[in-house]
Amino acid sequence: MTQPPAYARHRDGGQPPYLYPDYASTVKRAPNRPLIRFEHTLSEITGPSFTSGWAGPVATDLTKQHQGEPLGERIIVTGRILDEDGRPIADTLVELWQCNAAGRYHHPVDQHDAPLDPNFTGAGQAVTDADGRYRFVTIKPGAYPWRNSPNAWRPAHLHFGVFGGGFVTRLITQMYFPGDPLLQYDPIYQSTASAAARERLIAAYDPKLSEPEWALGYEFDMVLRGRDATPFEAP
Amino acid sequence: MAAKLVLTPGQTVGPFFALGLDRPDWADLTRNDPLGERVTIEGRVLDGDGAPVPDALIELWQANAAGRYDHIEDEQADKKIDPNFRGYGRVATEAQGRFRIITIKPGPVPGRGNALQAPHINVAFFARGLLRQLHTRIYFSDEKANLTDPLLAGIEDESARQSLIARRGEGGAYRFDFVLQGLGETAFLDI
Repeated sequence: MTQPPAYARHRDGGQPPYLYPDYASTVKRAPNRPLIRFEHTLSEITGPSFTSGWAGPVATDLTKQHQGEPLGERIIVTGRILDEDGRPIADTLVELWQCNAAGRYHHPVDQHDAPLDPNFTGAGQAVTDADGRYRFVTIKPGAYPWRNSPNAWRPAHLHFGVFGGGFVTRLITQMYFPGDPLLQYDPIYQSTASAAARERLIAAYDPKLSEPEWALGYEFDMVLRGRDATPFEAP
Repeated sequence: MAAKLVLTPGQTVGPFFALGLDRPDWADLTRNDPLGERVTIEGRVLDGDGAPVPDALIELWQANAAGRYDHIEDEQADKKIDPNFRGYGRVATEAQGRFRIITIKPGPVPGRGNALQAPHINVAFFARGLLRQLHTRIYFSDEKANLTDPLLAGIEDESARQSLIARRGEGGAYRFDFVLQGLGETAFLDI
């Protein structure tokens, strides 16, 4: 019996390490033992699919979830979910969450002294189209302080979760904005060794995506693991 | 072959993921009344100091009671898809680092070659302080097939192997703790 090909392995430096002391919370949460390498089986190459019941105007437009308009700079964020061979991933769930324009999350644990916005929750979902594309309308999140080190500030970011074709393609990441001066001081962004991989985390401003008199447009593609070149076969 | 695109790096799920990801009903994979033996799996998530981790997210992926995944690439014609079981679940830890999952025990699934894998649940694990996810598996203590499971058989360190096996407790629930670091550390997988 021939089985579908495994997914390609991560390359060195392309992903953040588990232990990265500049991000203080990794010190007690990173495993000490080396990970156990295991070749992919049906358990790894299969994964959940979400084909219906998610996409809708409220889920993809975070500015229309309340009675009034949220405060902040309206933005359009769109992009494609691709595998590393450039193939679009259709019908996959994209989940988004973020803080408001003042830098405050609608979450009880967030005690940052900045106002909540009664017209902004900050969560959305989209399902990619046949071309692998998603599109959200939201507001640009603010920067906010965190207690990683004295006077540390997170650069403005959106949190994204994406599934892809198999359980091993699951990705949770963050999208940053071009030219943000906080990026060079942010250990979460800096933790990935490869500069090319870090660049993947920064959206591109695209005037063609902006809508006149209304919202700024950003393009943000996410690239998930693709298939290994050689299928694995039973002996 | 064309050059590969650079992969998007993972970034931590952070402390506020519940805003976007928490769906309490997804912790019960039996909510649509699937076929199979109901099991409860409960435990805690602990860090390297033994302190509870109140901001972890556990994602589950498993086969149905017959041992078939609800996915286009599972072509096992002799096993039926259960329309009431999708196989995906999600649970966040509470303030004391505890979690509880209700699901059905999966059937055995094929491994590589002619091997059979013991019943198991695949886990993707996220938390503040983890820059990207960890992967592991939950096996069940009362399954004889554990003895011949290719992953378990390949782990030489006894405590690492045992860390992947949920134990049935007195109340009937299975107990499985995630120990991120140190004594009793959970075995995590490079997949």
